[in-house]
Amino acid sequence: MRCDVAIIGAGMSGLAAGLRLAQFGRSVVILERHGMWGGLNSFYKKDGYRFDVGLHAVTNALSPGYRGPRIPLQRIYRQLRLDPDLFALDPQGFSMTVFDDATLRFSNGLELLTQEIAERFPGEVDGFRLLGERCAAYPDSMVERPFVSTRAILADFIRDPLLVDMILCPLLYYGSAHENDVDFDQFKILFNSIYREGFCRPKEGVRRILDVLVSRFRESGGRLLRSTAVEAIEVRDRRVAALRLEAGGVVSADVVLSSAGLLETMALRTDADRVPPGPEVPGELSFVETIWVLDRPAKELGWEPSVAFFNRGSGFSWRRPEVFVDDTSGVICCPGNYRHDVAPEPVVLRATHLANHRAWFSFDPPAYDEAKREALKISESAVEAITGPFTSHALYRDMFTPKTVTKFTGHRNGAVYGTPDKRRTGRTDLDNLFLCGTDQGFVGIVGAMLSGIAIANAYVLSAKGGEGA
Amino acid sequence: MTDNEVRQLILDIIHDIAPDEDLSDVKPDVRLREQLDLDSMDFLDIVMELRKRHKIEVPEEDYMQLATLDGCVAYLGPKFAAIGSSAA
Repeated sequence: MRCDVAIIGAGMSGLAAGLRLAQFGRSVVILERHGMWGGLNSFYKKDGYRFDVGLHAVTNALSPGYRGPRIPLQRIYRQLRLDPDLFALDPQGFSMTVFDDATLRFSNGLELLTQEIAERFPGEVDGFRLLGERCAAYPDSMVERPFVSTRAILADFIRDPLLVDMILCPLLYYGSAHENDVDFDQFKILFNSIYREGFCRPKEGVRRILDVLVSRFRESGGRLLRSTAVEAIEVRDRRVAALRLEAGGVVSADVVLSSAGLLETMALRTDADRVPPGPEVPGELSFVETIWVLDRPAKELGWEPSVAFFNRGSGFSWRRPEVFVDDTSGVICCPGNYRHDVAPEPVVLRATHLANHRAWFSFDPPAYDEAKREALKISESAVEAITGPFTSHALYRDMFTPKTVTKFTGHRNGAVYGTPDKRRTGRTDLDNLFLCGTDQGFVGIVGAMLSGIAIANAYVLSAKGGEGA
Repeated sequence: MTDNEVRQLILDIIHDIAPDEDLSDVKPDVRLREQLDLDSMDFLDIVMELRKRHKIEVPEEDYMQLATLDGCVAYLGPKFAAIGSSAA
């Protein structure tokens, strides 16, 4: 099979790149290993219930009537020629960060969070405002820069270590592949995505976004091959000569974009043993997530936040825990607590905790099942300590582990956010192989789509790129 | 192609790129980016849409010619005419 551009992986970045390119007349083939598209942001049906795989929230909410500097979601709508109503995004009510000694609520826009900080940390609110100004502009997503510690910079703005941790907790949970810190450019993006712009959710869950991308991609002439795994990337003369498929057959393309992850992509190369190793290592941060189906809306049980980030004990620890599941912190997410006109079905509450991938990968099958049951119990009591009792209203429970993450994303270690050392330019040592997605760009649905668009623009559509045109 | 047709064709492209913009009162002699919320990426998309829809190439050094609707007419008019005559 021949095409202008082959894309490995039909996650958000691959689909956005594919759509952008197909709309400009490139012949594009997306190769997806799984039967379903979406990567980590997919959906599935189990025992009659429909679930999203990992959707807690779509960040970067666009408020109605917003006028101001171009923000990421507007960029996506324009670049992909999408009507803003297509994704059917509704804003959150409010979210919160709960630590032992303080609770801060926040919603879309910085007003509520600023007000809460002024009440609980009166001496810090000016520093927080200055921090907001410092973060106002988005950095260029494709420029390679050395890691800059956010914790070091925050010390100039915020004195109280509790508030530093409380500001960081949601942002690290939402997207730091680094342990205990985050690069300051990434912090700015997370700060704007989560605090300044805020959370929203598609009415029908992530499937709505995927349906739009996939149907537009096909209407534009793109081909999406499911259950089609790439077995090897054949390299000749510093170029990808062809992609060899597991099922037999080859795909040849002028340009190859891979969303499979940096190390994961490199491992597919036929010359993998001759490629000098780079500084990149697999990520260490992985999660377990518990999903409860409830018999009534969470609001009726007294639980109103869209998303709650909690931490118990002193100090927020963002690293691979020693134990298989770390119940000292977590994210509690409730899709029913968005401003939807029709409540999503089924009623779901989900909780995410840090997990030790080594432990999960070491369990044999009976031990793995036992660990899941144990983790579920641990999660339930940790979450109920925050939300109040709800498990007597649980009709159904499901759980995913680092192993599940690896299965859906191919990321080593179940590292949702990939390697800590991002390849911002998307370039590799091969002239026609570029990275998009988690290991190039920024995380989350919006970050992934922007990554696909940016890489498609830079290396295929841009006149300077020299390819195609 | 008349000047009005060229103007309309540019406005059609802008409408597809930025459907939320009000294009009912775009002044032909004022820079588009001063009247509309268009950034450099949108501008590149105008050039790419010209190539895709009308097979018209605008080299980077000529982008400035497209800053206003009047500029578009002056710059693109002859190019459309050339395409028209070669097609005929």
